[in-house]
Amino acid sequence: MSYYNEMFEGDQVRDPYARLREWVETMPDDFRQMKQAEAEALFRRIGITFAVYGEGGDPDRLIPFDMMPRVFEQAEWRKLERGIKQRARALNAFLRDVYGRGEIVRAGRIPARLVYQNDAYEKSVVGIVPPRGVYSHIIGIDLVRTAKDEFYVLEDNCRTPSGVSYMLENREIMMRMFPQLFRTNRIEPVDQYPDLLRRTLESVAPAKCNDRPTCVILTPGHYNSAYYEHSFLANLMGVELVEGQDLFVDGDFVYMRTTTGPRRVDVIYRRIDDPYLDPLCFRPDSMLGIPGLMNVYRAGGVSICSAPGAGVADDKAIYTFVPEMVRFYLGEEPILNNVQTWTLWKDNDYKYVMENLGDLVVKEVHGSGGYGMLVGPKSTKEEIETFRAKIQANPSNYIAQPTLALSTCPTFVDEGIAPRHVDLRPYCLCGDRIELVPGGLTRVALRDGSLVVNSSQGGGVKDTWVLSE
Amino acid sequence: MKLRISHETTYRYGRPIRNLVQSLRLTPSIFEGQKIHEWQIDVTDGIRGPGFRDGAGDWIEGWTVRGPVDQVTISIEGRIDTRDLAGVLRGHREMIHPMAYLRDTTATRPDDALRDLAASVQGSTDDSLDLAHRLSSTVTDKIAFKPGVTGHATTAAEALALGEGVCQDHTHALLTLARIRNLPARYVSGYLHSTIDGQAHDAAHAWAEIHVQGLGWVGFDAANKCCPDERYVRLGSGLDASDAAPIRGVAMGSGAEELAVAVRVEELAQ
Repeated sequence: MSYYNEMFEGDQVRDPYARLREWVETMPDDFRQMKQAEAEALFRRIGITFAVYGEGGDPDRLIPFDMMPRVFEQAEWRKLERGIKQRARALNAFLRDVYGRGEIVRAGRIPARLVYQNDAYEKSVVGIVPPRGVYSHIIGIDLVRTAKDEFYVLEDNCRTPSGVSYMLENREIMMRMFPQLFRTNRIEPVDQYPDLLRRTLESVAPAKCNDRPTCVILTPGHYNSAYYEHSFLANLMGVELVEGQDLFVDGDFVYMRTTTGPRRVDVIYRRIDDPYLDPLCFRPDSMLGIPGLMNVYRAGGVSICSAPGAGVADDKAIYTFVPEMVRFYLGEEPILNNVQTWTLWKDNDYKYVMENLGDLVVKEVHGSGGYGMLVGPKSTKEEIETFRAKIQANPSNYIAQPTLALSTCPTFVDEGIAPRHVDLRPYCLCGDRIELVPGGLTRVALRDGSLVVNSSQGGGVKDTWVLSE
Repeated sequence: MKLRISHETTYRYGRPIRNLVQSLRLTPSIFEGQKIHEWQIDVTDGIRGPGFRDGAGDWIEGWTVRGPVDQVTISIEGRIDTRDLAGVLRGHREMIHPMAYLRDTTATRPDDALRDLAASVQGSTDDSLDLAHRLSSTVTDKIAFKPGVTGHATTAAEALALGEGVCQDHTHALLTLARIRNLPARYVSGYLHSTIDGQAHDAAHAWAEIHVQGLGWVGFDAANKCCPDERYVRLGSGLDASDAAPIRGVAMGSGAEELAVAVRVEELAQ
């Protein structure tokens, strides 16, 4: 298999990487080692040691930072941006629809079973239209590149995608360590993200709010692996970071306990999952939520971001229908490709996958973090047969995809610099406008030849640049 | 039937509570079988919060009580006209797709015994009304009515193993069987004037609704071996007893809680 190298075209260095190449080639070895140690010390000092959502592993582990940035040209980015925004609009239109009349199901474009029997489908919010009709306010879309103009979406994250603090910190640290790089390259900034996020949240305040909206970030607490990110964002946005016990319902509204008395809360950016939000509506044993919150929400007294039930749009089975959503709701052709996906509960797909296991990637429907998956071409015969038995025991738990030729980016390794496979997660904000900061989180598979970028499987992160015209 | 309902629920707390938040699903449904003349909900020391009709067609009210209080009473007084629609929930406005009622909950999760029982029932989904009736009689046969042997957390599987239970257990078991046979089914809470033999029924009641092609939602009361008629007053529905509960609340306090319930459903003179 051949891979697209984002730095080279044949022997030629591509334009966006031209200056970086000089930088790398003139960098003495000891300087590089010193800088690498400095970067690590900075990350440790800041305290950014959390795992990316759902990846498990040691929460205090430092995710390796690679100093070699990943670079996009303006034109490349513009196209990606259009594709991401288009997808975000379609996903929100889908959510509005399936919690309303369900036209896409009536039209036979998506099987009813996949929507209404989905664990993430929340019947308690049917008929409730949140402000501006937005259900998912922060959408993280995982992308991989396979050729110059070929990008594929691996998955959508419509609930509470994490990792944006890496995007901000990676940039911050690069600017601190290599200020000259930011003088010689014209790099679009990403540090407006916290302001944009706050503006987005304020723009979806309920109609009953007639002052500047009070926004908060609701965290499950400091044992959560992404707690650092919650406090980091609250701090940069200038809003309170609260836990369930800091909020309470009184009459028609939600209030926050403060030293100067209760203060009404208009928008809750929650980083806890639906089942824990409100013991009066969901799990009665939840200690993390706010009793009565859902009634206030459903009566329009408070906004919750993302809306309860938004997860039905980012399921791996629903994923295969996102291009259909783009056509159905927007009347447009999808700009970004989906990866071809075989669903093993279909007989034909099952047959094909079993005959071609060695060439495919097989994933659990509800799995994440690169665990419980088979990368056929990188596995031994024995591993493939062991996995085959697991699939046979429960076919409907799996989907399969072709092994994608993930692009590579130059990356610092012990021997100098070498190509390593990367992916990209940009963060799209949806409120009165749809916004995307030019950049995102680039994850890199640091092991030679590895296609798995998850930090639990030896992945690291890079700063992601978008160059101005 | 013209019915008068009074329903009083009192919570007594060992130590005064600081705060109480409740979600009440205590207002009768609007459909051709029910017409509300008067309906009043009151909570002692309570502040009425948000009220809205949800996607299932239920009227829900949020209430808060600021403490300290050591006792809270929720009282319902109402008059309602009911009609026999042979169990059919005709003219009920709701938006939730029936397939959303095919999923399990802890209380209705099937075990092997329930799966075997569901498979043993004759009939097919082509005639879902017939199948629903058969499933309901199966539950009546397998679970004898006996108060006091099961509790609020008893699951369908446990009730079937015991072979005894009350309306909540019959309903959970019927929901499980129906869902196994791919019929959407839901838990309904409400009141019952009297049982079929004319005996007064002094408690809140529960039954199942099964979605039947061509008819929509149809009620089945396996505990009483019938379909709901004019003696039944429907309040609301959910995936199981907890999801459909007329009263859900969380009190901030540390003491023990005691509960007393009094329900009267009387027929008014014409």
